Amino acid sequence: MPFHESRLANGLEVIAESNPDAAATAVGFFVRTGARDETDPVAGVSHFLEHMIFKGTPSRSADDVNREFDEMGAQYNAQTSEETTIYYASVLPEQQDAVVSPWADVLRPSLREEDFNTEKKVIIEEIRMYDDQPPFGADEQCRALFFGPHPLGRSVLGTIQSITDLKVDDMRQYFETRYAPENITLVAAGQVDFPALVASAQQACGGWKPAEATRKLQPVKAQNGFVTRSKSQATQEYVLQMAVGPAANDPRRHAAKLLATVLGDDTGSRLYWELVHTGLAEFASVSHYEYEGAGAFLSYLSCEPDEAEQNMQRMLNVIRTAEAGGISQSELDQARSKLVSRVVLGSERSRHRMFAIGANWMYRDEYRTVREHIKAFKAVTVAALAELLAEFPLSRNSSIAIGPLTELRPPK
Amino acid sequence: MTIHSHTYDNGLVLVAEPMASLESAAFNLMLPVGAAYDPAELPGLSIFCCEMTLRGSGPRDSRQFVEDLERLGADTGESVSVSHTSYGGAMLAENLLPALAIYADLVRRPRLPDEELDAVRQVLIQELRALEDEPAHKAMLELRRHFYGDPWGRPSQGSFDGLEAIDGGDIRRHFAGQFRPNGAILGIAGNIEWPKLRDDVGRLLGDWPALKVDEPASETKGSQPPHFEHESNQTQIGIAWPCAAYRDADYFQAWGAINVLSGGMSSRLFTEVREKRGLCYSVNASCHSLRDRGSVMCYAGTSAERAQETLDVTLHEIRRLAEGVLPGELNRLKARMKSALILQQESSAARSSSIARDWYFLDHARTLEEVGELVDGLTCDSINAFLAAHPPDDFCVVTLGPRPLEVPHAIS
Repeated sequence: MPFHESRLANGLEVIAESNPDAAATAVGFFVRTGARDETDPVAGVSHFLEHMIFKGTPSRSADDVNREFDEMGAQYNAQTSEETTIYYASVLPEQQDAVVSPWADVLRPSLREEDFNTEKKVIIEEIRMYDDQPPFGADEQCRALFFGPHPLGRSVLGTIQSITDLKVDDMRQYFETRYAPENITLVAAGQVDFPALVASAQQACGGWKPAEATRKLQPVKAQNGFVTRSKSQATQEYVLQMAVGPAANDPRRHAAKLLATVLGDDTGSRLYWELVHTGLAEFASVSHYEYEGAGAFLSYLSCEPDEAEQNMQRMLNVIRTAEAGGISQSELDQARSKLVSRVVLGSERSRHRMFAIGANWMYRDEYRTVREHIKAFKAVTVAALAELLAEFPLSRNSSIAIGPLTELRPPK
Repeated sequence: MTIHSHTYDNGLVLVAEPMASLESAAFNLMLPVGAAYDPAELPGLSIFCCEMTLRGSGPRDSRQFVEDLERLGADTGESVSVSHTSYGGAMLAENLLPALAIYADLVRRPRLPDEELDAVRQVLIQELRALEDEPAHKAMLELRRHFYGDPWGRPSQGSFDGLEAIDGGDIRRHFAGQFRPNGAILGIAGNIEWPKLRDDVGRLLGDWPALKVDEPASETKGSQPPHFEHESNQTQIGIAWPCAAYRDADYFQAWGAINVLSGGMSSRLFTEVREKRGLCYSVNASCHSLRDRGSVMCYAGTSAERAQETLDVTLHEIRRLAEGVLPGELNRLKARMKSALILQQESSAARSSSIARDWYFLDHARTLEEVGELVDGLTCDSINAFLAAHPPDDFCVVTLGPRPLEVPHAIS
């Protein structure tokens, strides 16, 4: 499948994988900005701004924006994380040009004060909604504990206080520095007409003023802590643990994905057999998170409060057994079959493929075919997993427990 | 596109859609065993039995079952609804038949091992407990329970008492009396060959003996639910009213109307409740069908102090629907549906479920072209005639949160 890349004079990049057999076209504007680019006074501004983008421009009202996307039958949305904000849509191939132009327009938003004040209420509702669902938000608290003062420890949502205090001028200023063309990549997958895509981008974004948007990368000093946060209305106890893992540009990240699958996939993993299959826990998992210049393994446990202490001990025992004895060839093979199959199945959806290509480009400035991605998983050996466990011991972590318990003893 | 179907002598229906552009294939096996068939004193028996079938079958114990599927790279799942127990999976097409062979053992020769009863019981009890931490989900389960009455409004999760009371004998009786090929539907989509698939499935499931089973004997009517006290920031609101079922001739008129109310970001509920007033993060409504009856289920969640206004505005918009839909709204609805249908072509899993569900409701499966024609046939006049004859009314309203709301009872 052909891959194309191009760059406008103002620094905005356009990349695409073109699959002539695809039924649909997926496009996304990837903005390299997120919670890690914020400061205390504007905590939560990246996510709030993502909502405000839909509120219109000098030539489009908020109603116009929603109506236009619906008129072309686009399936569209946006998402904000610690380090990227992505605006995306799936459309029929004949709508490719039609969808790029309004997206580009809304990425130069009016940020009207009246809309800002209405949307503030929606954001606060979103924060309250998550607060009523105890496992939500726990990952942010765990990240805060693990990364400490490092910007990757910042909350994406912000707090009710920080959102209430935020001024529209703060948001305008953040926008000016972070939404510079050199900080944005237009990514497309599925059936793509690349010359037309570049022409649309040139017409819609070519006039954007170049500006410098930098991200200061600071070294991570991982914290080791153990915190219990009592939440009386919760029913289950939720325990999250974060340990150091390979970063986004570390070639060992494929081994890390396989290791997380062996240890903590939602079925067939060591934690599954120890804790979930036996009914001791409702859920137990390990995942690998990759960031620019940092990486982490996140372990997650939810269970009845009475079982939490013993389950944490069991979880630690599973991890120590792996650290001491390694992973077997058959476990590696099984995990690999799962991941390879997920890559192939995922690639059949143009939106999924667009996200994969975009993430790879943002983090590593490279394009990989589905086959190359599979090859990287195939190259991982049991020896590589053993080295990974030695280099990144999951047993050394920051833990947070959220639930009805007021006290919880750390495992030995 | 062609959809093939075959009814085996034992009553099992195979319905299959070849999708040549994909590398994957997916299946969805719907067995006519759901919570409605649980004995009144053992709520949760169907979901308990479903979990037990995963604990080894034919030549495989629990562990071998999971490992064999994972080596095939099969991404599998199961679910129990009020009417069905369903097993599904997606994988590379070449692994479809070996995966189906494993599931043939599962539905025909499960071991139902007594020694795993308590572990399974614990898994299910934990899932029921975890619901307490998901207020929105809980509110919607109560809405369904009160709207449809017993047994068709039953949640499949059962009750703590029911799960505690179930023993190995109950499981074996339920399996022997309910698991059967007659009334079962196997939907398959992806890179498959017909008629080879028909013959292969025939070898696996064609000689599974049919069973005679009685429909649930008695039914109770729906009722107005009480307010559910819940210590939380937000109040959850669920509103249901009667509507055409999927099999009814005017279903698409109802579906069109509900999509104007709540489909896409330019829909009425999203615009009026969220965009203009900032009342909540999440508000939506959709058609829900059982085989012989249907409803609209609407959800909104918001801060307790704004819940009354949210309920009032939402009900106002629902009632206003009776005044009819506008041409612009219909055009957006058609455009969105056209894309949604094309996007389904990217997913073998979506198609396998869709054609199996179609068969259950209609005794045949619609191609995407047929669905497209039905949507194209909608006019404002046809939808408005339906709305005039069936204005939204007879609302069933659930509230869950710190304080009850005023539910206007003029609505009967």
